[in-house]
Amino acid sequence: MDDILNALALFTNFVLLPAAVYGSQLALGALGVTLVYGILRFSNFAHGDTMAFGTMIAILFTWWLQAQGVSLGFLPTALLAIPVAVLVTVGFALLSDRWVYRYHRVKKAPAVVFLICSVGVMFLLNGIVRFVIGPGEQHFVDGERFIFTVAQFREFTGLERGIAFRTSQALTLVSALVIVVALFWFLERSRTGKSMRAYSDNENLALLSGINPERVVLITWVLAAALATVAGVLYGLDKGFRPFTYFQLLLPIFAAAIVGGLGSPLGAIAGGFIVAFSEVLVTYAYRQVLDYLGPEAWEPVGLMQLLSTDYKFAVSFVILVLVLLIRPTGLFGGKSV
Amino acid sequence: MSFLIAEHMTGGYGGSDILHDCTIAVEQGQIAVIVGPNGAGKSTAMKAIFGLLNLRHGQVRFNGEDIGALSPQQRVLKGMGFVPQTHNVFTSMSVEENLEMGAFIRRDDIRHSLEQVYALFPVLKEKRRQPAGQLSGGQRQQVAVGRALMTQPKLLMLDEPTAGVSPIVMDELFDRIIEVARSGIAILMVEQNARQALNIADKGYVLVQGSNRYTDSGAALLANPEVRRTFLGG
Amino acid sequence: MNAWLNRYIGAPTLFGLMGLALVLVGVLQSWSLALTIAIYCVIGAIMALGLNVQWGYAGLFNVGLMGFAALGGIAAVLVSMPPTPEAWQAGGSGIIASVLLSLATLAVALLVYQRMRRGRARMWAMVLILLGGYLITRQFFDPAVELIEAVNPASTGYLGGAGLPIMLSWVVGGFFAAGAAWLIGKITLGLRSDYLAIATLGIAEIILSVLRFEEWLTRGVNNVNGLPRPLPQEIDLQQTAWVQEWALRLGTTVPDLASITVKLGYLGLALGVLLLLFWLAQSAIHSPWGRMMRAIRDNETAAEAMGKDVTGRHLQVFVLGSAIIGVAGAMLVTIDGQFTPNAYNPLRFTFLIWVMVIVGGSGNNLGAILGGFLIWFFWVQAEPIGLWFMDVVTGTLPAESWLRAHLLEGAAHIRLMVMGMILLLVLRFRPHGLIPERSERPHSLRR
Repeated sequence: MDDILNALALFTNFVLLPAAVYGSQLALGALGVTLVYGILRFSNFAHGDTMAFGTMIAILFTWWLQAQGVSLGFLPTALLAIPVAVLVTVGFALLSDRWVYRYHRVKKAPAVVFLICSVGVMFLLNGIVRFVIGPGEQHFVDGERFIFTVAQFREFTGLERGIAFRTSQALTLVSALVIVVALFWFLERSRTGKSMRAYSDNENLALLSGINPERVVLITWVLAAALATVAGVLYGLDKGFRPFTYFQLLLPIFAAAIVGGLGSPLGAIAGGFIVAFSEVLVTYAYRQVLDYLGPEAWEPVGLMQLLSTDYKFAVSFVILVLVLLIRPTGLFGGKSV
Repeated sequence: MSFLIAEHMTGGYGGSDILHDCTIAVEQGQIAVIVGPNGAGKSTAMKAIFGLLNLRHGQVRFNGEDIGALSPQQRVLKGMGFVPQTHNVFTSMSVEENLEMGAFIRRDDIRHSLEQVYALFPVLKEKRRQPAGQLSGGQRQQVAVGRALMTQPKLLMLDEPTAGVSPIVMDELFDRIIEVARSGIAILMVEQNARQALNIADKGYVLVQGSNRYTDSGAALLANPEVRRTFLGG
Repeated sequence: MNAWLNRYIGAPTLFGLMGLALVLVGVLQSWSLALTIAIYCVIGAIMALGLNVQWGYAGLFNVGLMGFAALGGIAAVLVSMPPTPEAWQAGGSGIIASVLLSLATLAVALLVYQRMRRGRARMWAMVLILLGGYLITRQFFDPAVELIEAVNPASTGYLGGAGLPIMLSWVVGGFFAAGAAWLIGKITLGLRSDYLAIATLGIAEIILSVLRFEEWLTRGVNNVNGLPRPLPQEIDLQQTAWVQEWALRLGTTVPDLASITVKLGYLGLALGVLLLLFWLAQSAIHSPWGRMMRAIRDNETAAEAMGKDVTGRHLQVFVLGSAIIGVAGAMLVTIDGQFTPNAYNPLRFTFLIWVMVIVGGSGNNLGAILGGFLIWFFWVQAEPIGLWFMDVVTGTLPAESWLRAHLLEGAAHIRLMVMGMILLLVLRFRPHGLIPERSERPHSLRR
């Protein structure tokens, strides 16, 4: 019995919990991407760097707050910085729409042009973030690191193996839940939300129904920028901030959005968890877990990993390709390929 | 002065003209039907009246007002409802949400209108929570018409409402359209099923190559031997 | 404004301006530098040409270009580096066994796929076969890898190459890339453009991951240095009599002249390849094949209705374009003399080359080449110019000022911002690029 519990503890600590947290982060990112795709109808390659930008603003503001002696006790001060960061990022997103995307929208340019524009915006953001805060790692986390540590868990349960629950993990899970519920309430119940779904479903009919396209576009950018900022800050609190990491997240985020079905918010969330769990499950070293679960005599050779951790991104990509080949509209039937 | 009068319409989609001096008029509570062979410009005439394409010549007056400069959305606000031929429902949204979206421009309480539409199309009330995309062709047309009715239009324009539906459904649909007209709304309809459409029409316009060929009451057109020979198959 | 630009500033003028800029660099900074820039400009131009073949002929938005370039690079290593006998002895058999086992697994899986009926049972059978085959292969693979990497890790730790002349790799690299492109194209072509972009980005990631982490094959992040050089080394040239003589005559130093001579040699080689590929590409456009490609591009549905195998043609173009990129990748590694997997940074190079294609004139081969030159030149010069600019701007600030230090540090990142701005501006104001395609409607950027 103890063996099973130990194995479970290991599994939870190294697979379940990190995958759930990572999945929440991906889900928030994928939500932003899928909203922009569903309504503005293009893949926004600048989303990862928008996350970096939002997080950068949050970090700068957090440093300022910390210098003023402001703190949130056991919660990270960065939480206070989020509203400011969201405001600034939303401002940037709206400006980018006004100066970059709107022109092509009016001209009814093909989707590929928007994609290339988003690459330009990505370059821009990349440069701005690195210029302002530098390309290296930045530290801004404070507050209590753990809600309970491995040692505390072991003491409490008497098991050999323990689970650590970090504050950043709890924050991510709680925030993601709150945001998702709020977003769904907005889309399903509010008049504006429904008008956005209608616009995403059938643009011409939406226009005929008197739905104001500019307003829909505005709200989309606001939501996307807000989601990007929050996702970025949560990720930064959890895994540290380095500008390059956010670009790398583009692939798993897009994989998540596509797996779930581009344009479908529910799909984005499901996709986020699917990609996260796949990545972790496939690259986890099962050796110790098998040690506990397997028969006494059998000693696993090597780490018992399916794939080395270096291939994490390859996993998201393989999932992506499989989905595109087998079911291109994704799990929840978003816009088809 | 007709309630809706679009006269001497000449224009097209940009290249050559499709409509040549075409005139259409509808009265309140009347059903006017536009029929004609393929390529006659029936849908084009309807779209021109709704403002979906620019006219080189001609005028459109609605309720006494010249609406030529107004965009389609603005014409909706003036009281014109338009049911497109295809893609006329929000497939991913429920029936009730479709109707809600139809009433988007209205700020008042829409429950009364909702009940009216459900009274007109009882099957929609049954399926109000189902995604519109899951309904049959005929039911979808009902949603489409219901959606347009939610704007409380004074003129309802339908572009080939019975395209692709079975004869029974077509009859039902026409029955409903008559009911709508009876409530005082003007109806303008483009139809391929000329015989059945003219049957319920107060006024019929036969268009050929973008101009009016025959204009008369529905019954008169049905009785007209020329019309019967050329469009109704004798 | 556009019409005026078109009429008065044609391709020759722009190329001339480019040449002038290089000359200025030579005069103001150094000829060696100017030549280095020129060489990389040419390589960049070749990559842009490859991309343009895919974009201009078939509208394929390939963001995975780094992967193909890296394949070309590894070809340079695998062709030219000497084999490591001990490594082969230790792990060679294991690797060969793994390869055979993998092929066997795939063959069995394919057999099952064809023989069994559709359904759950078949799916589970496939999964089990693939998983089982994978695990068995790993049993042979892992120990072999360990043994290989243990052989002298500081200088080898990998299987080594074939020890053939390195210029051969320019062709082999093209084939590697073409092979990968064929495989990838079979799977992903037929996807809409932004999906294809994401798919190709992912593939590049995978290829790069493999090259980075399979040290037994590529030395991974330890890099492969000291690749054999096709042309004499500068150091050797410095010893020769004629270099020393000419140095005196021209009034330059011996090392300088040696360096310039070597670089001129590489430039010549690179230009030769560029001109050959350009000639091939242009001939292709004007051939019946090219006309058909353009017909497909301009109206895909009509072409399909006429029975043209659109996806097949797209595959051809994808493979050809990738081959060109592979060649460029091999050239790059050859001229660098080393293979550094970490240097293939998708952010910088992939999108940079796309900027080249778009700025130059998407769909137009000559434009892509020009774009290659211009953008690369700008990219390289932006840093020193930026630094100089920052120096001037911050000259008024005290030397220890934090702001000054920060701005100077950030000068490098300004080029990212400016690159983004250039792309956005071109897309807005001159979407056809600097040299618009002269024949029918340029591809898809304007409708």
